[in-house]
Amino acid sequence: MTAATDYTLAELCIVAASQAFANEGEVLATGIGVIPRLAASLAMKTTNPDLMMTDSEAWMLSEPNPIGSRSEDFVPATESWMGFSRIFDNVWSGKRHAMLGPTQIDKYGQSNTSALGGTYEQPKVMMLGARGFPGNSISHPNSFFVPSHNTRVFMDGECDFVSSIGYNPARLPRGHSLDDIDIRLVVTDLCVMDFGGPDHQVRLVSLHPGISAEQVQENTGYEVHIPGEVPPTAAPTLEQLSIIAAMDPHNQRAHQIKDNPPGDRS
Amino acid sequence: MDKQMSAAQVVAQLRDGMTIGIGGWGPRRKPMALVREILRSELRDLTIVSYGGADVGMLCAAGKVKKVVFAFVSLDFIPLEPYFRQARQSAAIEVMEIDEGMMLLGLRAAAWGVPFIPTEVGLGTDIITKNPAIKVIDSPYDDKEWVAMPALPLDASLIHVDRADKRGVCQIAGPDHYMDDWFARAADKTYVSCDELVSTDYFHDPAQARMVHWERSATTGVVPIPGGAHPSSCSPLYGFDVPHFKAYVASAREEAGFAGYCEQFLGASEEEYQQNVGGLEAIRAIELPTY
Repeated sequence: MTAATDYTLAELCIVAASQAFANEGEVLATGIGVIPRLAASLAMKTTNPDLMMTDSEAWMLSEPNPIGSRSEDFVPATESWMGFSRIFDNVWSGKRHAMLGPTQIDKYGQSNTSALGGTYEQPKVMMLGARGFPGNSISHPNSFFVPSHNTRVFMDGECDFVSSIGYNPARLPRGHSLDDIDIRLVVTDLCVMDFGGPDHQVRLVSLHPGISAEQVQENTGYEVHIPGEVPPTAAPTLEQLSIIAAMDPHNQRAHQIKDNPPGDRS
Repeated sequence: MDKQMSAAQVVAQLRDGMTIGIGGWGPRRKPMALVREILRSELRDLTIVSYGGADVGMLCAAGKVKKVVFAFVSLDFIPLEPYFRQARQSAAIEVMEIDEGMMLLGLRAAAWGVPFIPTEVGLGTDIITKNPAIKVIDSPYDDKEWVAMPALPLDASLIHVDRADKRGVCQIAGPDHYMDDWFARAADKTYVSCDELVSTDYFHDPAQARMVHWERSATTGVVPIPGGAHPSSCSPLYGFDVPHFKAYVASAREEAGFAGYCEQFLGASEEEYQQNVGGLEAIRAIELPTY
């Protein structure tokens, strides 16, 4: 297990994000986007072989598919049908962990995928819609990946539209406790965070090499709980880098973070 | 029983103000030829229930829509649907924004004839605060509150399938039938366009019959339209038309807008449309997407 010295920030984020799935056991890992999908793939190939993944279409796989076009003779390791209607049976059973990239994440961990600015009747910017975020957020653990950590994503105040439930006492449904809500890792281009601070406050877990806690706080629109000692995010190992390269043969990961910076920015 | 109809005959059955469900998912297996026939009609004030793609965008752009019931409207590889955005950002439409799974529950409730299905989904989010029509209720069995997802009954559903026989046995041969079985069951009338009309004995092979997801009694009309899902996909027959969708998205930034898109492509009939997009052979040659 030799730590690499030459790796990109995208690869660092993939390895950090794969930690979200390491101890999950036999659940469906859904990583939307290249970095979350590679994170789930890496976890399935290393720390958690019991993980389940789909081909992002309609089949469950016993081995993750490499991303992008594959050779004519490639045979996916299909193990069952898993169409969209069946995904909801899985979601509502709780045996899933999704990693997604919303447009806004507020101090409660509530997220927004739907609309920005204006009024709800006439938003300034209409986006996707709530998608499956409401159901995901109340049914199973979720993590976030944010390729550009800034105060537009981690904004002051509450999300313009709350697509997913967070640790907001004012919105807590009757009969539920804040502990029922399970937001795990928030992996960004600056750091890894979680909601393990006092009263579910967002907390700095690790800093990417060359990034300071002050930078994280400056780029977050609300107070981040910063423990006395914050470790650096672990560098990828050579083994991890080679698995990532095999899972992403067309190097789509190079286009996920602006300018594809190196992992160590010190 | 022979349920064959033309697209024009389907649209003649629809009325202003109806609630219409549209099958498929984003850019995948949408009954676009039937949608185009609505674009050519005088219909208006429709409520559209859809896992939305260009079906929703085009109907909004053409002024056919009063309200959209949606969890997303997206072309997937192009995340934002340009004409749906325009409609929202100009307050041209009403919306009922729900979770993807809530839509499934609403269709199931309608299909089963129950007024609602209880769920946790939506609690703590703006799905509840922005939809006063969706009630949060007490449970007779525990001390929690639950979302009572209301039934989403449809006056009509429009669906595209790979194959059907004239009696309305419909086969979806692609890997996912999405929620189309529930759209068929939730609707008063279900109109299905198909890429291939087959004889009934086609389904005597159990491997073919296994890909039939609802009974023919849930199918009202069958409209044979080869290539009728274009520019969306109809796996495994053809993929979605990436250059066409890019041209469609680009049209939203041009002065002529959707009228310009229609001028270039829509035509007075599906035959004209297919000529304008390069013909059926070109549609059938579009590669399937790789995920």
